[in-house]
Amino acid sequence: MRLELTRRYSFSASHRLHSPHLSEEENQRIYGKCNNPYGHGHNYVVEVTLTGAADPSTGMIAHLGDLDQFVKQEVIEPFDHTYLNKDVPAFRERVPTTENLCIEIFDRLKAFSRARLVRIRLEETGRNSFEYAGEIEEIRT
Amino acid sequence: MVYLTRKIEFSAAHLYHNPAFSDDENRRIFGKCNNPNGHGHNYVLEVTVGGETDPATGMVLDLKDLKEIMEREVMERMDHRFLNYEVPELAGKIPTCENVAAVIWQLLAPKISRGKLTRVRLWESPDLYVDCYGEEGAA
Repeated sequence: MRLELTRRYSFSASHRLHSPHLSEEENQRIYGKCNNPYGHGHNYVVEVTLTGAADPSTGMIAHLGDLDQFVKQEVIEPFDHTYLNKDVPAFRERVPTTENLCIEIFDRLKAFSRARLVRIRLEETGRNSFEYAGEIEEIRT
Repeated sequence: MVYLTRKIEFSAAHLYHNPAFSDDENRRIFGKCNNPNGHGHNYVLEVTVGGETDPATGMVLDLKDLKEIMEREVMERMDHRFLNYEVPELAGKIPTCENVAAVIWQLLAPKISRGKLTRVRLWESPDLYVDCYGEEGAA
């Protein structure tokens, strides 16, 4: 049986979309309100999807306590109630769009050892979301 | 190919306990889910069927038929039941979301009269769900 388990988490953070490769005018034109100088925030929702065989002795793909602990350590603690641009080193050089945040979360969580990470789905607001399943070489079927 | 999804909700009790483990191990591995008298959830089940539309009706599978299949196979078996003791298909299995979703797949797959069962998504709570794609389900 092919099974995937998905767990939803949330964190709140602020960001500003501003690229050092663009002029002030271009940043303003491309990012609009998201370029306002002091940043703004969102309640992000992260969906983490794992796959693997359910262990016959527990009926589980992965122990939820292990997953919760790993996600908390790798994502929630470092991101929650932070200003992503300054407080998360990965975004000092990279624009913290939700696309890039989704990739960063995938890269942090793919080391989870108890089951294989399939994809990350990240909601920036209730009306937009992004999904990332790794690059081709990371996708094993 | 078109996919249609029908959603239902049912409420059931369960507990996690493996008789091969000691009481201490059961407690350590399953935590609160091992409480001996069980506990319950409002499960939300989304069943997706894929297929080509019938030119005469414009439907993949008549929603009424899917509703009846889900009612008969899932609601009548599981709604307001204690999954460990009252659902024979789960006897001897730990009724985790994974195992319940797999059993629902096995119950529904042979009953879908038009199109093909594509996905069973079972929400145990608003922050946890399992998708089952059957034996040959694509990644």
